[in-house]
Amino acid sequence: MRHLLSYIVTRLLLAVPMIFIMLTLIFVVLRIMPGDPVSAMLGGHAPQKVIDQKKLELGLNKPIAVQYVRYLGQLLRFDLGESMIFKQKVSQPIIEKLPATIELTLFGLLVSLAIGIPLGAYAAQRRRTGRDYAARLYANVAYCIPVFWMGLMLQLVFGVWLGWFPIAGRTGARVDVSAFGRTGFYIIDTLRAGKVAAFADVMWHLALPAITLGVVLSGIFVRLTRANMLDVLKSDYILAARARGIPERRVVYSHGLRNALIPVVTMLGLQFSLLLAGAILTESTFSWPGMGRLLLERIYLRDYPVIQGVIIVYTLFVSVVSLLVDLLYAAIDPRVKY
Amino acid sequence: MSGQPSRRAPAARFSPSSGLASLLGWFSSSRRKYGGELWILTAGALIIALIVVMTVFPRAFTRYSPVDQDAGGQMTPPSRAHIMGTDNLSRDVWARVVYGAQTILGVALAAALVSALIGIPLGLLSGFAGGIFDRVLSLIMDSMYSFPGLILAIAFAAMLGPGVINITLAVAVVYIPTYFRLVRGQTLSIKEEVYVEAARAIGARRSTILGRYVFPNVIATVVVILSLNIADAIMTEAALSYIGLGLPAGIPDWGMDLSMGKKFLPSGVWWMITFPGLMIMLLALGFTMLGEGLAEVLNPRLLER
Repeated sequence: MRHLLSYIVTRLLLAVPMIFIMLTLIFVVLRIMPGDPVSAMLGGHAPQKVIDQKKLELGLNKPIAVQYVRYLGQLLRFDLGESMIFKQKVSQPIIEKLPATIELTLFGLLVSLAIGIPLGAYAAQRRRTGRDYAARLYANVAYCIPVFWMGLMLQLVFGVWLGWFPIAGRTGARVDVSAFGRTGFYIIDTLRAGKVAAFADVMWHLALPAITLGVVLSGIFVRLTRANMLDVLKSDYILAARARGIPERRVVYSHGLRNALIPVVTMLGLQFSLLLAGAILTESTFSWPGMGRLLLERIYLRDYPVIQGVIIVYTLFVSVVSLLVDLLYAAIDPRVKY
Repeated sequence: MSGQPSRRAPAARFSPSSGLASLLGWFSSSRRKYGGELWILTAGALIIALIVVMTVFPRAFTRYSPVDQDAGGQMTPPSRAHIMGTDNLSRDVWARVVYGAQTILGVALAAALVSALIGIPLGLLSGFAGGIFDRVLSLIMDSMYSFPGLILAIAFAAMLGPGVINITLAVAVVYIPTYFRLVRGQTLSIKEEVYVEAARAIGARRSTILGRYVFPNVIATVVVILSLNIADAIMTEAALSYIGLGLPAGIPDWGMDLSMGKKFLPSGVWWMITFPGLMIMLLALGFTMLGEGLAEVLNPRLLER
């Protein structure tokens, strides 16, 4: 237990240089960008005096190095600072939007695993048959569908033509989860408040975005599962299981798949950053009020502190997930010890 | 191959004519051996070839101009005169698809080349030199690699502003770590090979070893990654211009056309979004299939994980 704890702490500390590097990159990039929050806010017509005054207030007239050191000092106190455009702390919009992104990515991941793993295992079992090639073609095609286009097509077919699903937002106009929810996770909030209709509405809105994200990512999981299954099916214990007369289906899906999934789990961490990138585009397509839309909005406004805050949260998100994946790895593979 | 003693580093010599001859010979002899993989390679190459022809001879494919705002009616559905209909500015959608191929293909190819040209030398140097230089560079590259690439591209595209060269650079930044990690890893293992040791023993200079022994052996895997990478770059370019960070108006671009079409989607204008998206997918698919086919042929173990 103590080993595990120290491992977790070490891993989290290892995220620090990553955050630092990304943050520095973004910080410098933002400040050498043409345009700044003051001009974005006041438009081009404000007198120079007003602009200078505002820049002085925000500390933008200082050299980049000074601004940078000051910002790092702030971070050490776990303070993300304040927005330069709106009167709000940086943490406020992030806390509001993060649950939406987590809900979307989580369900997207579930959809992609639910498609990818069975299909990959099936393809491996039928290696070099027509069905195997069909599954691999699916994997390639799914991977090459631009996420946003997938979203648009689903919107067109299931939203506009068939009218089965809504094409924008997290809830319908009549459902206001923030009135009774506290966590911001609409699924949890509606369930805790016991509002079944609201819960159904939330799931109904989540369906198309999650399927969009899930289908596009499922291609990778088909490929990973298939490749690992092929390796596993060659191993001695599979031969042994077959020799004992265990039904083929059980050999493949129970003995084989379990072991093939271990490497798939380890790859989950890397796929996660693809998932986040896809989520930005899905959010933009489905007007999903998450971190991705927040980032894009604030990039147009040049709201430096919020952009930096969002980048930090994304980096943390990636690190935490890869830590969780490692812990999961230890849990399912008894040979791994920390 | 690499373990055998040989006087010359393997794959150090390559002439186009002998290469072509051996390729043709290989094609006929290995059809049985590779079966489906060969089919994937060919299909990918055909898709790419078709779109490349489209970019070179756009006039052979359409008589309309992609910027002609008087090509037909406004948002007319596909008809005989306009096989993919017209958009909200009365432009011919098929013409925009044809000319848009130039933009996306050009940007993706250039971006992949730029990131390869930066990533490969850095990876070679880092893997070969080792030490603190390698540590720091690897840390930076690993951070960039595990971070969602699109966010980086968004930040750079926003910084540089709209423009063809700017979007190319923004896309290129994302893929530098891919080449770096691959080449560095390969360099580390090739560095220990017997033929490199032999070269060192006869007193070859470091630059010679790097250029004549390590580099040619790294490059075979790079070809595969380059192809897969172009597929990725295609989608990143499309994504950037879809969210409005890519190109100035006036340049026909599939991603931009999609975001335009999105506005008219609720009123059921399906042709504006269907065709550009289909083309992005097709082009990316072409490069993915080419890459997979190549991988299977050049180095079967590369893509298994």
